[in-house]
Amino acid sequence: MFSMDLLLGAVVLGVLLGCFYAAVSVGLSVSFGLLDVPHVAHPAFLVLASYGVYQLNESYDIDPLLAGLIITPLFFLFGLLAYRVYYETFERRGSDAGVRGIAFFFGIAFIIEVLIIMQFGVDQRSVTATYIGKSWRFGEFRIPIRQLVAFAVALGLTVLLALYLSKTFMGRAIRAVAQDEHALRLMGANPVRIKQFAFGIATAVLGIAGALLIIVAPVEPTLDRAYIGRTFCVVVMAGLGSISGTLIAAIILGVAESIVLTMFGASWAPAISFAMLLGVLAVRPQGLLGR
Amino acid sequence: MKRRTFLGGAVAAAVVGQGSRALAQQPAIKIGMSMPQTGGLAGGGKASLLGIEIWRDDINAKGGLLGRKVELVVYDDKSSASETPAIYSKLVDVDKVDLLFAPYATVPTAPIMPFVKQRGLLLMGNFSFQVNSKVGHDMWFNNAPWGPADSWASSFIDLAQKAGGKNMALLAADQEFAQNLALTARDVAKKRNLPVVFDQSYPPNTVEFASIIRALKATKPDIVYVASYPPDSAGILRAVNEIGIGDDVKVFGGGMVGLQFAAVMGNLGSLLNGVVNYNTWLPEPSMYHAGTKEFFEVYTKRAVEAKVDPLGYYLAPYGYATGQMIEAAVNATKSLDQKGLAKYLRENEHKTIVGPIAFSADGEWKESATVQAQFRGVVDKDIEQFRKPAKQVILYPDKLKTGTLISPFEAARK
Repeated sequence: MFSMDLLLGAVVLGVLLGCFYAAVSVGLSVSFGLLDVPHVAHPAFLVLASYGVYQLNESYDIDPLLAGLIITPLFFLFGLLAYRVYYETFERRGSDAGVRGIAFFFGIAFIIEVLIIMQFGVDQRSVTATYIGKSWRFGEFRIPIRQLVAFAVALGLTVLLALYLSKTFMGRAIRAVAQDEHALRLMGANPVRIKQFAFGIATAVLGIAGALLIIVAPVEPTLDRAYIGRTFCVVVMAGLGSISGTLIAAIILGVAESIVLTMFGASWAPAISFAMLLGVLAVRPQGLLGR
Repeated sequence: MKRRTFLGGAVAAAVVGQGSRALAQQPAIKIGMSMPQTGGLAGGGKASLLGIEIWRDDINAKGGLLGRKVELVVYDDKSSASETPAIYSKLVDVDKVDLLFAPYATVPTAPIMPFVKQRGLLLMGNFSFQVNSKVGHDMWFNNAPWGPADSWASSFIDLAQKAGGKNMALLAADQEFAQNLALTARDVAKKRNLPVVFDQSYPPNTVEFASIIRALKATKPDIVYVASYPPDSAGILRAVNEIGIGDDVKVFGGGMVGLQFAAVMGNLGSLLNGVVNYNTWLPEPSMYHAGTKEFFEVYTKRAVEAKVDPLGYYLAPYGYATGQMIEAAVNATKSLDQKGLAKYLRENEHKTIVGPIAFSADGEWKESATVQAQFRGVVDKDIEQFRKPAKQVILYPDKLKTGTLISPFEAARK
């Protein structure tokens, strides 16, 4: 059944959903897109962050977004450590680091999953906040406030990260290491330290993204498996390393998914997302805004 | 102490000592199973396993079966259908288990049905839905109160039609179990000339349900039948609360898996009010049988240590009851012969903590005891409230009924 109201609603909800997808993917855009690290544990880090937010919300009644901000520095340190271990054990050792790195990060993802199960059990967990479970009404149309919050925070996070990478000295250094690591070394800079710092940034943003994840829906230990396809799809469609491209690709994906869910039947949603990815790659192999 | 008392005590101690030595010396009876301990079904799987473990400990404390200790051989199937065929081959061919219990739920169970039929093995089912309808295995006994295939949907639709429902919307997860429920709901609607105005399946891993609920609402249904899996049920109810479902809806719910689990119920709190949903056991006066109270006393203590569902109403007592049925069959036939056990299970009624159980020829319960209950007066952030009666009022079946339906849905939510 077609109606303009339904279509308009689908587009609005799709944009909100897309911004949320951008927030959960933007860290991967740095770690995988810029640094070429095969970070398949990215969604597991994300779920771990959401459990950190859950713990703070449950134990101290801290607002989920504030809890996300609190764990962000911890995730930065966690990112520094994770990259150092990866570098020392895989990247430093040779040309097949990528393939072996995938195994390394898969291992990390499984360990995180098991640790979460041991600590929190297998049940779903969710948080409470004044903006969860309510909606804003515009005539007959209602928008969940949690999605508006996710939209605003995700948009802010993505814009801030894009500005950081383009305007600051360290941000430009990260882009430089992504473009030509050897040239950077010849100029006396240490690319490994820059990459380690960048990986820390990519992991730190997951503090906020994890908060958004548990604000949007309850989480459970194996939820990372649901996001692995989506996040890599967004980053590849965007063009590797492009932060603004990540936002655009995520919004396109969110709108497409929402329109399909509303107008054509929910079964088609995953197929449409990946069909779009293939379509974009066929026309622009480097992605929408790829380098 | 008198001399006779002392001697009597010594003889008794010697007999008990002999008995426990005999129990230790004979090889244990091994019962093999896979159980979802990770993945989307893990919440239910762990609670179900705890129920079975409590039975194992009780039976071993009583001296075991046939004078042999009972041992469980359990593997995690990760809630995945692709894991179970290999696990059950290993249980039978490598671990050489004596008896098989099925994993919790339809999805992991369905792929092992051809294997057990081919090998002529007895399989005690654990909350599967219609996995034997096409396989036709005569040694399958599904311990789930579903009864005939269409009783689940027809009980919900009965209630809805009595409340004035004239058309139906159907939303189902794209999973074996939910699709089977949806199929029977379509059949029942067709038989009753009830128009289905919305019929959609959503894929696993759907993140946001607001768009789907908007599309459903636009069709203005009277009855909304939802067949969802645990990760989705919470998302659907949240979206219903935020987007609204419309004033026309008389009854909402039916087949939502997850609303039986304490963690989900605790998370959703007052959002549950008004939902009419299936359940298998509730702390209502009509649902207690011999041993039920004692079982939940033990379960409540052990659930905390095991970090599993603190309520455990949905699956745990049925796990225990499966053990009780095996216990009765082995004691009656005095053997582990699978054909003999199957014959006994088929021909007799079994007294258990979830009530009397009798099986029909297809291995399902002869009579449905699935309840449809409406959430009432639920408040936020309080799991303990669900231990009291009247939070989920039983509307169906009549023999267990503890209240009447409040309709329409929006009125019932207040």
